[in-house]
Amino acid sequence: MSEEVIVNSPPSAGPVKHEDLALLNQVAKLAPGDSHLEMCIQCGTCGGSCPSASAMDHTPRAIFAMLRAGMRDEVLKSNTPWMCVSCYYCTVRCPQDIHITDIMYTLKNMSLKSKMVQDSTASDFSRTFIRYVENYGRSFEIGLAGIQNVTHLRLATRLPNMAPMALGMLTKKGMSPFPPKRIKGMDGLKKILKRAKEMEAA
Amino acid sequence: MSAEEKMPKERIGVYVCHCGSNIAGVVNVAEVSKWAGDNLKDQGVVVSRDYKFMCSSLGQELIQKDIKEQKLTRVVVAACSPHLHEKTFRNACKGADLNPYLCELVSVREQDSWVHTDKIAATEKAKAIVAGGVSRVVHHEPLTPLKVPIHPATLIVGGGIAGIQAALEIADAGFPVYLVEREPSIGGHMAQFDKTFPTLDCSACILTPKMVDVGNHPNITMLTYSEVQKVDGYVGNFAVTINKHARYVKTADCTGCGVCWEKCPKKVIDDKFEAGLGYRKAVYTPFPQAVPKYPVIDDINCTYFQKGTCKACEKFCPTNAIDFTQKNEIMTVEVGNIILATGWDLFDARRVPNYGYGRLANVFTNMEFERLSNSAGPTGGNIVLRDGKTTPKSVGIVHCVGSRDKNYNNYCSAICCMQSLKFAHLVHEKTGATVYNFYIDIRTPAKGYDEFYQRIIEEGALFVRGKVAEITDAARNPGEEGKLIIQVEDTLVGKQRRIPVDMVILSAGLEPRAGSKELAKTFGISCSADGWFIERHPKLDPVATMTEGVYIAGCVQGPKDIPASVAQGAAAAARILGKIQQKEIALEPVRATINEEQCSGCRICNTLCPYNAILFHEDTMVSEVNPALCQGCGTCVAGCPAGAISGTGFSNLQILSQIDGLLLLTLDKKKEAVVA
Amino acid sequence: MSEYLFYPGCSMESSAKAYYHSVMSVCKTMDIQLKEIDDWNCCGATEYLSLELTPAYALIARNLALAEQQANGSKTVVAPCSACYLNLSKADHYMHENKAFGEKINTALAAGGMHYDPGELVVRHLLDVVINEIGLDKIKEKVVKPLTGLRVAPYVGCMLPRPDYNNRYSDNEHPYELDDLMRALGAEVIDFPLKTACCGGHMTQIGPGTAFELIRRLISSADDYKADVLVALCPMCQMNLDAFQGQMNGYFHTNYHMPILFFTQLMGLAFGEKPENLGFGSEFVSAHEAMKRIGIKTPVLEPTKPAAKKPAGLPMPPPRPRSGEKVNIGSEEASQ
Repeated sequence: MSEEVIVNSPPSAGPVKHEDLALLNQVAKLAPGDSHLEMCIQCGTCGGSCPSASAMDHTPRAIFAMLRAGMRDEVLKSNTPWMCVSCYYCTVRCPQDIHITDIMYTLKNMSLKSKMVQDSTASDFSRTFIRYVENYGRSFEIGLAGIQNVTHLRLATRLPNMAPMALGMLTKKGMSPFPPKRIKGMDGLKKILKRAKEMEAA
Repeated sequence: MSAEEKMPKERIGVYVCHCGSNIAGVVNVAEVSKWAGDNLKDQGVVVSRDYKFMCSSLGQELIQKDIKEQKLTRVVVAACSPHLHEKTFRNACKGADLNPYLCELVSVREQDSWVHTDKIAATEKAKAIVAGGVSRVVHHEPLTPLKVPIHPATLIVGGGIAGIQAALEIADAGFPVYLVEREPSIGGHMAQFDKTFPTLDCSACILTPKMVDVGNHPNITMLTYSEVQKVDGYVGNFAVTINKHARYVKTADCTGCGVCWEKCPKKVIDDKFEAGLGYRKAVYTPFPQAVPKYPVIDDINCTYFQKGTCKACEKFCPTNAIDFTQKNEIMTVEVGNIILATGWDLFDARRVPNYGYGRLANVFTNMEFERLSNSAGPTGGNIVLRDGKTTPKSVGIVHCVGSRDKNYNNYCSAICCMQSLKFAHLVHEKTGATVYNFYIDIRTPAKGYDEFYQRIIEEGALFVRGKVAEITDAARNPGEEGKLIIQVEDTLVGKQRRIPVDMVILSAGLEPRAGSKELAKTFGISCSADGWFIERHPKLDPVATMTEGVYIAGCVQGPKDIPASVAQGAAAAARILGKIQQKEIALEPVRATINEEQCSGCRICNTLCPYNAILFHEDTMVSEVNPALCQGCGTCVAGCPAGAISGTGFSNLQILSQIDGLLLLTLDKKKEAVVA
Repeated sequence: MSEYLFYPGCSMESSAKAYYHSVMSVCKTMDIQLKEIDDWNCCGATEYLSLELTPAYALIARNLALAEQQANGSKTVVAPCSACYLNLSKADHYMHENKAFGEKINTALAAGGMHYDPGELVVRHLLDVVINEIGLDKIKEKVVKPLTGLRVAPYVGCMLPRPDYNNRYSDNEHPYELDDLMRALGAEVIDFPLKTACCGGHMTQIGPGTAFELIRRLISSADDYKADVLVALCPMCQMNLDAFQGQMNGYFHTNYHMPILFFTQLMGLAFGEKPENLGFGSEFVSAHEAMKRIGIKTPVLEPTKPAAKKPAGLPMPPPRPRSGEKVNIGSEEASQ
């Protein structure tokens, strides 16, 4: 009796799901304007221009190649969009007129929704920032910095000259340690944001 | 029987083509043919057939057989657009001794089967179109094409390699050529290059023998430092007005000795030949092997023209050949055909701010590098940095600058990959420096090109696949100090790299000449949106244009390498020689004619005519159309307030009859509806 | 008098008070009336966009809706902060370009009883208004104390010249607006190559290593060119380069001391305003020394790097940044 030997292919080369093939188009559609993402010729101008490329695990161009290949998990786990500083070098230089920075924002949104974010430092910062805005209508830098540095203590304590800088914020720049004055139309703003979130989730 | 019915009817044959499934797939061709045969008898249809491919020899023979046997006096073919086969069917009729203009081709393909999906409606429409054709063709008249003589002389605008090739071919065949060139010498961009790919022939060495041939050829009249101002006329009979800019040098006396430019004290940056990298004097020849050898005085920079002093050249000229009083000369030449071979301009790399050209001293363009490497260039062929002395130890060559880029030019400039590989070779050979090529793709399609690429790899050039993002002198660490840093993503590795080099060469793309649109207008041809001139058919007719008698050759039609430019120059020459050999050309007889009795002499048509083809007779106070100049555009026909002008082949009667035919079915149905 | 709808942005009230005071002062001198949008809210900076798209744009659009309501004649919104400017102009642009998107945002706004007609307003940065509405000639007239001898590195940052959907600026990477303005004030402008390089944005809180490197590049370049001060036009840029300069120095063991000022502070000085009223003294890296230098007429410092653009003799002419530019090629007498 001959034994059938079943050879397992490596996990990442498993069957491609239908929605993964459409991943590129899905991302392109979610961006606000006409992003032209499907026009990418993989020239590398974006990766070459990016000031924080060395901190990214995949360059922007590599991310687009991965989107085309339907590698959903790898893209959404990547730290690439979180390292984007929104300097728009890539967008103005891209020879195919792709709105790369807007795609990066879209990927941030998608990675949060899918809960695949690996390092939450950036998204925690954004969430804390927004929490103040959603309560006061204004941002609160001292509060934001405080919470961020306390919740990410390891990061904060590694940095030299942290204390004089923090002190200087209060004394030299005269920044207020108290939360800002709430805007008059706070109720209206809350309603607007609630409706917007409902539409986003839909 | 009405008077109308008593008139001798024409005998019309109707032929409806299946065109395979192109027409038959949507239109019920057999039904249309039967309908025409049954219902259009009173219009004169005596035979109506359908056939798979009317344009085939068998299809044509079918028509010819019917003409002879059925004594047909008119033919209507319902098939593809006249644009394709009008000539075919007209010739078929001619072959059966029926005047070709008594044949009408109506389109049931482009205007019916190709644009509709409703088969029933499309079939009804085809019937209407055929009925329209039948009604119209009754009023056709036998016409004879106008024959005009072809003047044997040819005008070639542009003295680059394409223009030179065309000029030599026509002149060698024994016919006169006028070669007009804007610069003081012929030669074009090819004269600026150092070596040509893939053979690495010295560019000037292969070009100058042809230039000398042109200069010495008894059949070629070279008009250098000249520009075309106006073109009148039509194919076979053009009258071209040319402005010969004053050289301020008496060519009869000048020996080309060069004392004048030696003694001239005014140095000017040479933006044309030296690509802005070197100098020339105010009196100069562009390069030593210039043809013709006579220098010119640049009156914008010459001290005498600006301030009234100096005149050193005149003082020192041994043959008294300098003449500051010379004026521009306007001359008119008569030619039968024209070739436009005006070439290309370089993309201005200053438009790409992240590459630092124009700001960073050691970033050069491809044309600047050609001059650097050329032994007759500003550095005597030494590849050195802007300081004029340091040899670079590392050089980066950047592909696709201003090409394949929606921010600048969307197209590929065809030659820059090969040019970049050539530069890699030259740098390696002359300096031994480390060479990097930064590319998106390597495009080496023609003969010997990919082998050249292999050779460059063997020579040790380093290839980085990535479109360069930035070239900067802002160093981030001591290793980058004093260098130009090329920042790029090495896409094959997937990481951003910063590569310090001493010199950067930008392979800037090709662009249409500035002023292309105006030049096209002068000659009556069109430019594409990019600015390249449009050929008659992109696949099958690359050197002719939509304007009879005007041809294009070389990069003016689109970026291409030297072999392709030469081939196009030769092709245009061959077409023209063919026309000249025929001695006369037949013009379409579709023309306007003015009915003298109805003309009121208002002269509105005179100014409307875009071809200046209408004369006004003062003595009889009527206008008359010159049939040779008239192109049959119909503007005057529409514009005449008295309706005194008609177009042969497009008379009011013919057009109105066609409309009646088209509406036949609709009106019949209406009649039925009323009666019912 | 020119009147504009004014969107200050959150930083003007906290970390960029110096910007606020100097903006108020110079606008008075230039006869610009700024009508602050009543009850404006935070634009969300780059933070909300990272989380959720629709709420982010709705947040921004509320300001546009308020401005549209309160517009009385003037239809231009002026924002002195680059990030606020970009957010407001981007929201307007996308709502206008993509009708469906515009309707979505307006649906959200409707929940709060608001609405914005995309394209109704024009959004501009303060620099744009100064250069294009007031004009350099008028600025020159107002200068009473020219900043002669002050070497300024003009730092435009990234969000102003890019993506520049409305083509307001001369160049995406090396625009000359700020250069020309500083020259109009009498200062000496250095050809700073990193004019539009990113300052790191919020990376100081998220990836400090990356941020400090970006900050270091900018400071060291300005220092290499022997700039006395670096001028900025965005509160984030100014804060990163100024407040974090100390941390950056500690991280790299460097010892830079480059004062970072707002362009309006220099404008105010040139217009004759007292430094105290322009927020001087609130900066981390003191501008005291640099200012002392121009209190007195100073000799022009000879830079050691880069070499001045001498007209080249043989064999090659120097590079020309603007096409058609005349280059002095030296004496008319060529060597024989």
